[in-house]
Amino acid sequence: MCDIRTKLKYRTIVLTRMGLLPYLKTLTAHSVNGRPLSLSIQGTRAMAELMSLADAIAANVRDGDSVAFEGFTHLIPFAAAHETIRQGRRDLTLIRMTPDIIYDQMIGAGCAKKLKFSWGGNPGVGSLHRMRDAVENGWPHALGIEEHSHAAMANAFEAGAANLPFAMLRGYIGADLPKVNPMIRSVTCPFTGEVLAAVPAIRPDVSVIHAQRADREGNVLLEGIVGVQKEAVLAAKRSIVTVEEVVDALDPPSRNSVVLPHWTVSAIAVVPGGAYPSYALGYYPRSNATYIAWDAIARDRDTFLAWMQDNVLSGQPGDFARHARPRAGAN
Amino acid sequence: MTGTFTPTEMMTIAAARTLTNDDICFVGIGAPSAACNVARLTHAPKITLIYESGTIATKPDVLPLSIGDGELCETALFTVSVPEMFRYWLQGGRITTGFLGGAQIDRFANLNTTVVGDYAHPKVRLPGGGGAPEIASNCGRILITMAMGTRAFVEKLPFITSMGHGEGGDHRARLGLKTKGPTAVITDLCVMQPDPVTKELAVVSIHPGVARETVAAACGWALKFAETVTETPAPTPEELSVLRDIQARTRNAHKAA
Repeated sequence: MCDIRTKLKYRTIVLTRMGLLPYLKTLTAHSVNGRPLSLSIQGTRAMAELMSLADAIAANVRDGDSVAFEGFTHLIPFAAAHETIRQGRRDLTLIRMTPDIIYDQMIGAGCAKKLKFSWGGNPGVGSLHRMRDAVENGWPHALGIEEHSHAAMANAFEAGAANLPFAMLRGYIGADLPKVNPMIRSVTCPFTGEVLAAVPAIRPDVSVIHAQRADREGNVLLEGIVGVQKEAVLAAKRSIVTVEEVVDALDPPSRNSVVLPHWTVSAIAVVPGGAYPSYALGYYPRSNATYIAWDAIARDRDTFLAWMQDNVLSGQPGDFARHARPRAGAN
Repeated sequence: MTGTFTPTEMMTIAAARTLTNDDICFVGIGAPSAACNVARLTHAPKITLIYESGTIATKPDVLPLSIGDGELCETALFTVSVPEMFRYWLQGGRITTGFLGGAQIDRFANLNTTVVGDYAHPKVRLPGGGGAPEIASNCGRILITMAMGTRAFVEKLPFITSMGHGEGGDHRARLGLKTKGPTAVITDLCVMQPDPVTKELAVVSIHPGVARETVAAACGWALKFAETVTETPAPTPEELSVLRDIQARTRNAHKAA
C-alpha cells in the first residue's frame, strides 16, 4: 500500500482537491532519502471550500489516516466526529491531548487502531469507559497507545506547525513515561550540554476543529480557550473546520485575535451547535450535565451501542442545531 | 451547621490555608480547585489562579467541572493558547505553586495517575498525567491534596506519573531540579510534610477529632510522625460558609447545563 507510485497518485488526488496541483513539482523537489516531503505545504496555498459536513469528511478523512480532532475542553468538534463514525472510517490513529467523550465514542465505535494522547479521563467525572475497555480488554478491538504529557503534546503540535521534525522541552524529569514510550527521547543542548526531552512533531493527515465563525472567503475566527487548534491546523496536511455560522464580516474582537486565513484550511462546514456537549464561547455553554450522564451510558457496552445507534448512527449533522444559540450581543 | 464539618471540608480548608496572596498557583481540577478558590474567597483575595487550559488570573464564581469550563475564561484576566501556557508560563518558571491531586502517592510524595498493574496490560487504566509531570518539576513548590486510604497511600507505586522527591534525600537535585518539589500533603485526616533531609513524609498536624491510630491505619506504609504534632485548627464559620456556598452554586450550575 505504501509503494511510491501509489503514494504519488494518492497525493495528486489530495493536491487536486486542495487546489495545490501546480505546486506538486515544488513539493517533489523537497525530498529526503528519495521520499517526497509531502508535508512541506507551508509556503503554498490551499483554499477553504465551503461544503456539507458529510462531503468534507468524505473528501478528507480516509481509512488509516492520522487525525486530530482538537479542542481543549472548549470547541470540541463533536458533529464532525459523529459524521466520521457514520461514514464507517476504520484504522484511524486518533491524536488528541484529552481524548474526552469525543474519542470515547470513536474508540467504542471501532474507528481507531491507535490513540496518541496525554490525559484520558472524563473531566471532573471519572473514567472514559470505552477507552478503558479498549485498553484493558481489547473491545471492540485492541487499541495501541502512545502516551505523553500535556506539555509534550502541546510542544509537538507547535513543532508540527513550525515545520520542525521534533519538539524539545524540559520535561518528564523523574517520571516513568519515558520508560514505556520509546517515542520520548532526549537531545543535548549544543551550547550548555543540558539534556532535554524530545518528542516527534505531530503532523496529522487531517486536523478537524470547531470554531465560532468564518467569513464568506473562508477565514476562520476562534476565541476563548483556543487550546492547540491553530497549531493542529497548521501542522496538518488537510484540515476541516466546522463553524457556528458564516458571516459577512469576521470582525475579529482584537487585532491579535486567533484567525486562520482561508488559505490554511481545506474545508469549512457550517454546523450550528457542532461542539455540543462541549461549548462555543459566546454561543452556548458546556453541558456539564451531559458529561456527567455519559459516565452511565459508556460504562456498559450494550447501553453504549444503543446510545450510539439512537444518537449517532441514526442521526445527521443538522441534529446539533437544537443545541445552538445565537451569538451573544449579535444583532 | 457550623461547629460540625466533614473530613473532606476539613481537608479543603486546611489545603486553602497553605496558600497566600503572593502565590501564582497552577490549579489541578477537583479538590485542588476547591481549595484554591476557598483561599481566594477568604484570606488570599489577591492570589493568582492559573488553569492549564490557558486561563490566567481567573476568578470563577462556581467551581469548574472541567479544566476548561467557560466560567474560567470569562472571569480570567486573559487567556493564552495551551502551548504558550506550558512553554512560557510553566516551563518559563513563572509559577510559584502547583496544586495537584492524584490516585496514589508514596512516602516521598511521588504520584501515580496512570495505571494500576502492568503498563502494557493494566488492571486499571487511569486517565494519565496530563499536565502533572511538568507541573511537578517546573513550579516553585508543590502542594498535594488527596483523601487517605491504604489503596491510595501505598508502599510502592506501580507507576510514577509525576516525581515528588523520587527516592528521597537529594534525588531532585541530582536530576538537576532547582524547584522544591512537594512541601505539604493535605489529607482528610492530617497534614504531612517531607523531612528536611530524608524527604520522607511525616505527619505534622492531625485534624480535630481524629486519632493518631486512625491516621496510621489509613496509610499503606509505616507512617512517620514529626516530633511535635499539633492539632489542625478547626474550620472557622467563615471558611465553612464560603466553601459550602461555592459548592452549592457549583451543584446548581452543573445540574442546570
